[in-house]
Amino acid sequence: MSSPTDRVYSPSHEWHKVEGDTLTLGLTRFAVDQLTDVTYVEMKKPGFKFKSGDIVGEVESVKTTSDIYCFATGEVTAVNAALGDNPGLLNSDPYGAGWLIKAKITDKAGLEKCIDAKAYDQQHP
Amino acid sequence: MLRTPLHQFHLDHKAHMVDFAGWEMPLTYFGLIDEHKQVRASGGIFDVSHMGRVKFTGRHARRFLERACTRKISDMQPGQCRYSLVCNEQGGVRDDVIVYRLDDDEFLMVVNASNRAKILQHFEALKAAWDFAFKMDDQTADTAMVALQGPKVIELIGQYSREIPTLKRYRFVLKNLMIAKLIVSRTGYTGEDGVEVILPSGTVGLALKYLLQGVDMNAPHAVLRPAGLGARDTLRTEAGMPLYGHELGEEINALSCGVDFAIALDKDQGERGEAFVGMEALKKTKAEGGPARKLAGFILDGKRAARQGAIIRQNGRDVGVVTSGCPSPTLGVCIAMGFLDVALHAPETPVEIDTGKGVLAAKVAPLPFYKMPKAG
Repeated sequence: MSSPTDRVYSPSHEWHKVEGDTLTLGLTRFAVDQLTDVTYVEMKKPGFKFKSGDIVGEVESVKTTSDIYCFATGEVTAVNAALGDNPGLLNSDPYGAGWLIKAKITDKAGLEKCIDAKAYDQQHP
Repeated sequence: MLRTPLHQFHLDHKAHMVDFAGWEMPLTYFGLIDEHKQVRASGGIFDVSHMGRVKFTGRHARRFLERACTRKISDMQPGQCRYSLVCNEQGGVRDDVIVYRLDDDEFLMVVNASNRAKILQHFEALKAAWDFAFKMDDQTADTAMVALQGPKVIELIGQYSREIPTLKRYRFVLKNLMIAKLIVSRTGYTGEDGVEVILPSGTVGLALKYLLQGVDMNAPHAVLRPAGLGARDTLRTEAGMPLYGHELGEEINALSCGVDFAIALDKDQGERGEAFVGMEALKKTKAEGGPARKLAGFILDGKRAARQGAIIRQNGRDVGVVTSGCPSPTLGVCIAMGFLDVALHAPETPVEIDTGKGVLAAKVAPLPFYKMPKAG
């Protein structure tokens, strides 16, 4: 299964989609398959400022609890409210309706640690 | 990585495969929670071929197992199986096992995949030290093991066998299917009724085809659907069953694990009595008033789960540690097991669980969390 080519992928399996100074962050299909069914999502609230590599939330699945990292620097502007009622969206549509947060980014430097879809899919077939 | 005889079955059913104790095993097929609910409501089929299967044959097989296992072996009837521990000299747990008595001098033992090499080595050492005459044969690679679990499993099997539905819990029968010899036992690790089947590797395809004729396992309402190791873990947690590496371990005193029924501290008594490895240490523990902490259940407030290693506190004081925890698909709350000071075991006793990032409120709850409804 190929990952979308309009975003970059971190070593900890978050996808980062940058449009201007807006970033959308989510988890890859590979990551959610490892987690198994997601039961609870707790992301940092709008206004939370973070640096590249900081933890911006936690995802709880039946099997495990996992920290979510962001590789850009910026401030959370929105969290995906739909995940509150239906955390399973993360499993069913990780690249679309299961997005985690949106952020206004002030520095993209950390995204250099990320790789493109082709390289990610090669590492995680 | 090692593969089981059901590998193609897993691929055919689109399993998400993972490494488990060196075996390539299915974690999930169509969703962990759905698989869990399928087993509670109807039936699931689990590949447990990664577990070790070791046969003991010969004059001293019984005496050997009597000394190696914490549970009484000599009074078992052929056709009976028993859950037991294998302990170390300190009274810690080397493994938990199921012993099948096939005949007077013939036994089969099922051990955990992660402990197979260690247990075989331990047994070889004991055998040499005691100078016992019997043959120990690791049959893991030559056989497969499949668990069929759920309230509708016995009815399904009843279409093919009149005898199997009459089996009592922890009894087994030997069945012939064409040229294959099967061991079918009324056992399991889910808290549901069902069976576990041990059969020659080469006959798995045939046996499944035979059993599953007329069952479309891809249909959402099929009587039987595949279930992975993920669901197996949440099912056994709801059933309050211990898992090696969590509730059981070399450093964990056997009398603290909630399986006292499987520890016979008097088994050296009587004509054919034998002391087991670790018995002296456990007798000492008991004489001193028992372990300071024992296994307890917890139900948490809120949606956050407690995981292995989280510290249990009461009024700031360290009173225990979590060994397993997950959101319970059946109960709809987060459940956990852990070792807790014995003075605090009364149900509803409030505790705090420190996850390292936050503190979760929880109450002590009786084990098991889930009991199958009585047939009626």
